[in-house]
Amino acid sequence: MKSTDHRSYLKSCLRIVYCLLAVWFTASFGCGILFRDWLDANAPQIGNAPFGFWMAQQGSIICFVILLVVYAFLMNRLDEKYGYSENK
Amino acid sequence: MTQDTLNFIFIGLSFAIYIAIAVRSRASSTKEYYTAGGGVSPFANGMATAADWMSAATFISMAGTVAISGYDASRFLMGWTGGFVLLTILMVPFLRKFGKSTVPDFIGDRYYSKLARGVAVLCAIFICMTYIMGQMRGVGVVFSQLFNISIPSGVLIGSSIVFVYAGLGGMKGITYTQVAQYCVMALSYTIPAIFIAIALTNNFIPQLGLIGNFTAEEPQIPFLQKLNNINTELGFSEFTAGKMNTINMFCITAALMCGTAGLPHVIVRFFTVKNVAAVRKSACWTLLFISVIYLTAPTIGAFARVNLVETLHNNSYQDAPYWFKDFEETGQMAWIDKNNDGKIQYYGPGKSDIGKNTVFQGKSPSYPSYDAPQAQRIGPEGQRLLANKADLSNPNELWFGNDIMVMANPHMAALPKWVIAFLMAGCIAAALSTAAGLLLVLSTSISHDLMKKIVKPDLSDKEEVNYARVASFVALAVAAYFGINPPSAFIAKTVAFAFGLAASSFFPTLLIGIFSRRMNKEGAISGMLCGIVFTISYIIYFQFLGGTKEQYLFGITPEGIGFVGMLINFAVAFTVRAFTPAPPKEIQAMVEEIHIPNGASEASHH
Repeated sequence: MKSTDHRSYLKSCLRIVYCLLAVWFTASFGCGILFRDWLDANAPQIGNAPFGFWMAQQGSIICFVILLVVYAFLMNRLDEKYGYSENK
Repeated sequence: MTQDTLNFIFIGLSFAIYIAIAVRSRASSTKEYYTAGGGVSPFANGMATAADWMSAATFISMAGTVAISGYDASRFLMGWTGGFVLLTILMVPFLRKFGKSTVPDFIGDRYYSKLARGVAVLCAIFICMTYIMGQMRGVGVVFSQLFNISIPSGVLIGSSIVFVYAGLGGMKGITYTQVAQYCVMALSYTIPAIFIAIALTNNFIPQLGLIGNFTAEEPQIPFLQKLNNINTELGFSEFTAGKMNTINMFCITAALMCGTAGLPHVIVRFFTVKNVAAVRKSACWTLLFISVIYLTAPTIGAFARVNLVETLHNNSYQDAPYWFKDFEETGQMAWIDKNNDGKIQYYGPGKSDIGKNTVFQGKSPSYPSYDAPQAQRIGPEGQRLLANKADLSNPNELWFGNDIMVMANPHMAALPKWVIAFLMAGCIAAALSTAAGLLLVLSTSISHDLMKKIVKPDLSDKEEVNYARVASFVALAVAAYFGINPPSAFIAKTVAFAFGLAASSFFPTLLIGIFSRRMNKEGAISGMLCGIVFTISYIIYFQFLGGTKEQYLFGITPEGIGFVGMLINFAVAFTVRAFTPAPPKEIQAMVEEIHIPNGASEASHH
């Protein structure tokens, strides 16, 4: 049935989106802003930079790039599984 | 060869390349005009989007902001890149599947209402217009400095160049020119950073230099430690600590992120590739290219701060380097010898009782006119005197504009002249590429969304492209006018707030439109209106009607209020929806359809 297929595709798609957004939030708002002071004091330094500071100015951006690569990979695999892929 | 000749050669060469590309790839149909025919490769589209994304403001001021405010500047770094993640995983693939080439088109069809489309068109025009004015002004300022012409002629030259390749070439012309512009920008931004990183930290990768040791003097200490020492010694807060309150920082970052995800000119870029899989790939490339610059900006800022303090603080004016005098001449740096010792002292707010470090009274420096007697214009040390009265409540003597950090950096580090010339070319590329992208969205909004979809539905393809060209000419003329006569500080403020407005209007409406089948037009329109009205009123109240800091809602500055506006938009939309009828069946089916990625091969505007 097409519509059940559709539902389960959307469900898997949203699961991927939620997971990635969780990482996105932790890397930027979490490490870079909300828990920065604690991380600066307690987490291991990156080179000579306090962890929270480094996450805010460099780490989060690197995470974002990785997130998009993972997203593209997972979604393309999902498309293939459901036969929605257009790369024949 | 003099600096001016070199500047001229570099910029002339880069223009020749842009125009050659634009002429070779000019658009011949509406499809090519709006979406470059939908066949741009993900890699090239990534570069073009990155160039479109990074405006002159990003290119010039971001590093300066980092240099001045250290950790606090992270809100821009994270906000603008993080927003891109939201854009990619929540919106673009779905909008691409939907297959319409503009954002108002989506909103108009999804919410089956001309009113919704109209509101969206107005928002798009407003956001793009405020932006493009700032770009034109930027181009004008750079040109005027370069060729010693007045700012108005600079703005006119800049806008005619943009018109040639954006107005005439359409999306296809713009995309390929932007690829070239990205290359110029990225190289010209990173090369000086590499040179300086080697000089200060003995590491040729600036990002590693930042977390490495400061090796320019013995004994070696961590570079960031050095910066913190400098800051505390001069009475600033620690570079890595920052002083903004957490809630405000959170809200501003969130507003910038969501605002970025709602910017119409970036969303449009993804209609130029062939299918949804290519959209995802293209987004990866885009963020990678953007990150090249965003990861370098904090390093440039940090290095520039050390260089600036080391070369100027407590050194006598007579021995100050040549570039200090150059910037004094253009009014971007100023020195008032408060204690008459002939030395430049640079101090932070920590050195005064009332916690300020303003050099003079008033917001920006003003100078006596050129026919004033010499004693009023030139001080005993040969410095340029200001017309402003000195602020004697604190010992700080050095004033400089945020924007000079990137431009002054290669001078401070005594880099070869061609690096500086290249940097100038990069700066102009940044302004032109963004202006061109925005211009295109503006002209499509007017010709397609306004003329064809609302005013005159029987427009033929050819007429539509002509309307678009006329619209882009008119828009550019208006932008150039405001570039020449900026409504004072208004533009600079509005550009920052454009993000807040996008966050409180487009972002939630698009998001709900994509994911919720049951959202109806009543909910969407009232949400959009409440969000944007709340945000605009808050901004106007605090920026123009004299609201005070004590009245801030939870300590949130107007920059970050877009986030609250967004929450209001969501809340209102869902509440109104609960009391109004569900949308028609075909709309619900359409929403289901856009979740499935295949079958999006034709991105047209029909």
